Amino acid sequence: MIKTHIVPLLDVVRETHDTTTYRFRADIGGEPGQFVMVWIPRQDELPMALSYLGPVKGVTVRVYGDATEAFTSFRPGQRIGIRGPYGNSFRLEGERVLAVAGGVGMASLIAPIEAFSHQGARVTTALGARSAKDLLFVDRAQSAGEVHVATDDGSRGFHGFVPSLSDRLMDRHTFDQVVTCGPERMMKLVVDSALKRNLKVHASVERYMKCGIGICDACALDDRLVCADGPVFSGEALAASEDFGRWRRDKSGRRIPV
Amino acid sequence: MVDLETDVAGLHLWNPTMLASGFLDETGGSLLRVYREGAGAVVTKSIGPEAREGYPNPTIVELDVGMLNAVGLPNPGISEYEREVKLALKGGAIVVGSVYGKDPPEYARVAASMASYGVQAIELNLSCPHAKGLGTEIAQSEEAVQEFTRAVKDAVHVPVFSKLSPNVSDIAAFGKAAERGGADGIVAINTVKAMTVSPELKMPVLANKYGGLSGPAIRPIGVKAVYDLYEAVDVPVVGVGGIETGRDALEYIMAGASAVQVGTGIVARGTGVFESIKKEIASLLEEVGLASVTEAVGVAHD
Repeated sequence: MIKTHIVPLLDVVRETHDTTTYRFRADIGGEPGQFVMVWIPRQDELPMALSYLGPVKGVTVRVYGDATEAFTSFRPGQRIGIRGPYGNSFRLEGERVLAVAGGVGMASLIAPIEAFSHQGARVTTALGARSAKDLLFVDRAQSAGEVHVATDDGSRGFHGFVPSLSDRLMDRHTFDQVVTCGPERMMKLVVDSALKRNLKVHASVERYMKCGIGICDACALDDRLVCADGPVFSGEALAASEDFGRWRRDKSGRRIPV
Repeated sequence: MVDLETDVAGLHLWNPTMLASGFLDETGGSLLRVYREGAGAVVTKSIGPEAREGYPNPTIVELDVGMLNAVGLPNPGISEYEREVKLALKGGAIVVGSVYGKDPPEYARVAASMASYGVQAIELNLSCPHAKGLGTEIAQSEEAVQEFTRAVKDAVHVPVFSKLSPNVSDIAAFGKAAERGGADGIVAINTVKAMTVSPELKMPVLANKYGGLSGPAIRPIGVKAVYDLYEAVDVPVVGVGGIETGRDALEYIMAGASAVQVGTGIVARGTGVFESIKKEIASLLEEVGLASVTEAVGVAHD
């Protein structure tokens, strides 16, 4: 018996021009911030954060290669493989949370945003994207709390990068905890900034993966594994990391710049 | 106090557990972590002359009886890997460098570089069953096993271990071939050729279609191989295949293994598996009235 759940897609929802959500039913549990390995038959198997928890789960992915491109042509009823959920999760630590998302990083952060709000926390979201048309899950974040938007081109909200926006929010308001997901250099700015203010901060890190279960070493971050020890790491751990914000591994295991 | 120390062809280990090749061994950071968490030695990912990406995913399938993989020998290449090996060695790890190549001179070249980085032994991946034209052919010809082992043996001054495939009719004959080639030790077994098909999707799950089975399902196959090898060869044998507990390790040790390797066991028990196995070996040896690991080696033979 294989432990991969082969499930039909229930719904395929185009979120933005390049980002799609795939919904499926799988009785596998799942905590906010955890990921699953998604087998797109004949294409690839890729790690994806759960963007929807609950009985009908979901993953939300931006097209960034052949497999994710081919995935967009999948229709409800077509089957995919799901194994997991894997990794650790975001935990609520306090009453006032700042969530800082960059681009499709929002796919990882929306589940914790909703979960924290549901647990009674006051959640403020700083959501950044290249342009207004790239903004993801604005409505869901608004239902969970306050939302501030930043776009690189100024087409909506704050004109600039989201770390500048989150810096302003950290200056003006009191938070107990910061959570972030997005491009690594962006997260590094947010982590450094939060640590400077003595705020608890956690970031969800992304790496190329093969196994997802802590053995293949493809997702090594220093001597930790993103799949098994992460994907969520504390700001202190990331500040001490030689790799975070600087180095990752390619498919052969070569160390290359982030 | 039970003595866990063991010796494999001059390679002295504080305890008989080793990290098996292919697990947490692509980076120096992970090798060192596993060593620090209790392994007696760590074996590197199989390294070849050039960087290799391996097969597309899915490369692993979790099964209820073990794990199926066709990763396809991903590795950064011997030059790039210097940094990783040296990081582990600098931290004090005992490192066995696993190598592969396309022909004897290439094996010898990669092994010589690996040895020059300071590894304490070389392991030859002769039996990787899922890299077309690389592992399969070598491991399934006694002449090739002897020839490839000899080429590496002549190129390095550290102990050389030949890792054998179970996908042959008589593994003892292959052990003898490796011994004729000058092997200082035998490692057995590599994964068992296997496939799994998804009925819902009507296709094999692995992108490579077939791969190698590891985990509890192959343990009895490995124990038999080690038992046969222990009778057939004079050099020490290292047992590997489905070891998750101290009890599993002792099956191999009593069948004739001087040390054991653990890979898939990490999935079930995490990197703490080495420390757990050590404790379990000590307690079980005490229970059966043996004072040391070395005393237990081969006791299952008449």
